[in-house]
Amino acid sequence: MLDFGILNRGVAKCLSLFAKLLPIFISVIENPSFKKCKFTKPLAGIYELELSAVRHRPEGLEQLEAQTRFSRKELQILYRGFKNECPSGVVNEETFKDIYSQFFPQGDASTYAHFLFNAFDTDHNGSVSFEDFVMGLSILLRGTVQEKLNWAFNLYDINKDGYITKEEMLDIMKAIYDMMGKCTYPVLKEETPRQHVEVFFQKMDKNKDGVVTIDEFIDCCQNDENIMRSMHLFENVL
Amino acid sequence: MAAGVATWLPFARAAAVGWLPLAKKTMPKPPVDNSSRSDEILYVNVSGVRFQTWKNTLDRYPETLLGSSEKEFFYNEDTQEYFFDRDPEMFRHILNFYRTGKLHYPRNECIQAFDEELAFYGIVPEIIGDCCMEEYRDRKKENQERLAEDTEANEASDAPLPPHSTSRERLWRAFENPHTSTMALVFYYVTGFFIAVSVIANVVETVPCRPPKGSVKDLPCGEKYQLAFFCMDTACVLIFTFEYLMRLFAAPSRCKFMRSVMSVIDVVAIMPYYIGLVMPENEDVSGAFVTLRVFRVFRIFKFSRHSQGLRILGYTLKSCASELGFLLFSLTMAIIIFATVMFYAEKGTKGSTFTSIPASFWYTIVTMTTLGYGDMVPNTIAGKIFGSICSLSGVLVIALPVPVIVSNFSRIYHQNQRADKMRAQQKVRLARIRMAKKGTTNAFLQYKEDRDRDSDSTALCVKNRSAFEHQHHHLLHCLEKTTNHEFTDEMTYSELCMTESVGFRTSRSTSLSSQQGAQNNSTGCCPRRARRRAAMRLANSTVSVSRGSVQELDMLHVKTTSIPPQTRSSLNAQADDLKLNCGEQDFTAAIISIPTPPANTPDESLPPSPAPIPGILRNTRATAYTHDTVKISSL
Repeated sequence: MLDFGILNRGVAKCLSLFAKLLPIFISVIENPSFKKCKFTKPLAGIYELELSAVRHRPEGLEQLEAQTRFSRKELQILYRGFKNECPSGVVNEETFKDIYSQFFPQGDASTYAHFLFNAFDTDHNGSVSFEDFVMGLSILLRGTVQEKLNWAFNLYDINKDGYITKEEMLDIMKAIYDMMGKCTYPVLKEETPRQHVEVFFQKMDKNKDGVVTIDEFIDCCQNDENIMRSMHLFENVL
Repeated sequence: MAAGVATWLPFARAAAVGWLPLAKKTMPKPPVDNSSRSDEILYVNVSGVRFQTWKNTLDRYPETLLGSSEKEFFYNEDTQEYFFDRDPEMFRHILNFYRTGKLHYPRNECIQAFDEELAFYGIVPEIIGDCCMEEYRDRKKENQERLAEDTEANEASDAPLPPHSTSRERLWRAFENPHTSTMALVFYYVTGFFIAVSVIANVVETVPCRPPKGSVKDLPCGEKYQLAFFCMDTACVLIFTFEYLMRLFAAPSRCKFMRSVMSVIDVVAIMPYYIGLVMPENEDVSGAFVTLRVFRVFRIFKFSRHSQGLRILGYTLKSCASELGFLLFSLTMAIIIFATVMFYAEKGTKGSTFTSIPASFWYTIVTMTTLGYGDMVPNTIAGKIFGSICSLSGVLVIALPVPVIVSNFSRIYHQNQRADKMRAQQKVRLARIRMAKKGTTNAFLQYKEDRDRDSDSTALCVKNRSAFEHQHHHLLHCLEKTTNHEFTDEMTYSELCMTESVGFRTSRSTSLSSQQGAQNNSTGCCPRRARRRAAMRLANSTVSVSRGSVQELDMLHVKTTSIPPQTRSSLNAQADDLKLNCGEQDFTAAIISIPTPPANTPDESLPPSPAPIPGILRNTRATAYTHDTVKISSL
């Protein structure tokens, strides 16, 4: 015969134990990493996959030829390489960062890559298509000094308001120094980027208003011998 | 990924313009790039299938054949393409690797063929993409295991006995492979018979026999015919002991043998008898003695030497140790859980057989294995519910690891079958190879006969042989001349061996040949015979020398004794003259001496002038060094 007394006591004990364990159980489930686990949401991933299959086709070869300073053959080579790496036709920021980081294994190139990405993504739609890519390259490799300086200014002007502030410059500088990594000679100090920014602003900011405008920038660079000479360095890259 | 980096480098360099206004120092000069930037299409012809690809595609992996200058070796100027005489199907995959950066393993291709192609094109197999890596590794491991097994099988049993094996080694071989000699086979069957007899005796011992007169109780046969059973037992144990000691003596590594499973079984099988002999007939100890007799049943395991199936079973169990362990563990868990539950469910019942949890273990096991003896039965409702859950789960828990064990057994069994088949095939293959070799030797001997017989009729022979055969025969001929020995067939060889003893006394050259034989007996099983054979031919050929040649021989004799034989070059000159003088090949064979032992000095072996021809030859030989003789012989 069933002994209800024992059963009652047993059940009560079980319930109390369960009550103690329940919060732990809940906390485990609520853990975001557990939620991300495929085990919890098997089907959602499949639908997400379908949406991300974006395809982008560039404008015709003739149009690109007209807009850029590359020859037909060069455009063909460029596009073949681009399409091989990005079969979908566009580069998103993550891929861009990965690619750029491969060239700077010692440091962290992600911040600078982010700024570069924004500089290339002229229509600011979050992805760099082949046209953006090729236009950017055209300016950098085949453009006039004016155009190149313009592009550089655009790169430094993070919020694209036409002025480079000290903060923006500092961000850029830090990003560049990040690419160097830890092991440098002489050892990188905390205030090195800041000092570099100071030097830059002393040179560029003529009216000492704390910002550098495009005209100040271009004027100053054109008067600098070194900068002028180095502008022609990368013309034979392609 | 190498491809990615190469493609994006121009972009990264272009983006460096952004650093220029900020630069503290002047930038370095860029590297000069003289290579043509224009891309060209390369044509690759693989066994007639034309592939076309950009040069840049192939240049992505410069450490492979196609990416480096190694492919220039395969360039065909006439057709302006690279020609590879390889499998076009495989090449497709190789080229895809260059295009996509990922190497895929085609599942329907042989793993070795694929590996060979990769090795040819200089691609490391480690870069196979993740999608195909597992399949590749599995296949490769399977293949290697199979090859290892086959070589093992080859080396193991049917290798012929090494010639100088001791009796101990022979004994061991007889024990391990009974089918090698009839004695071993007889012994094998005898031990098998005695094992059976011993086991049957143990079993029959306990059967109740008719009681002897004057008693009512049934007596087990063991006690009725005590003497008979004791004699039989003694005989069996004697045989087993003898066998064990023989094996111990013959074993190449006694420690290893004593640790092996079979040896332990042997010991356990015979120990009880000896312990029984030694122990006194004491009432206290007889209980232990009876227990010991249980161990006699281990003799049945000795059959595993005789039965391959038993061995396979043993291997299977060993290989499935983890699955068996899991089965045991899960069963134990389930038993404990259900026993506990049943005990508490049946606790209050009057007259319940579930007296304790360990007592409930028995019920749980019987129920889970669906035996259901019925000696312990739950009476309460809760007990019945849990009992039914117990029996349902029992089936599941036992059924889970069983397929794994079964598949393992099947795999091992098939492997064994395959090993036997391979052995049979190997025999056929070896026979075929032997026949082919004999064919080649016969062809060469035929060629030599024709050549010896009539130099004019060689034209006829020439027609019947291909260029390959010509060159092969020439090569064998060169070898003959090098070693101054000739190839013969088996009949002639056995004849020679027999006429050996006759030729021993007649030929004077035997003395020198025996010298050489003593010095140089490392050339196979018949070194002295080989030397004597050469000496025989020497004697034979000197007999066949024509009158004219004898004159020349005399001339030779004069020449060598007049000129001091110090310098090798002078001897070489002699050799050249010799070559010009002698047309007959047999003669040259006679002149060419057997490789001399280095200890011989010229003065010692200078015979007096009216020496028979072998003596002259000895003279020349003694003064000539081995190198010179080789020079003479390599016509």
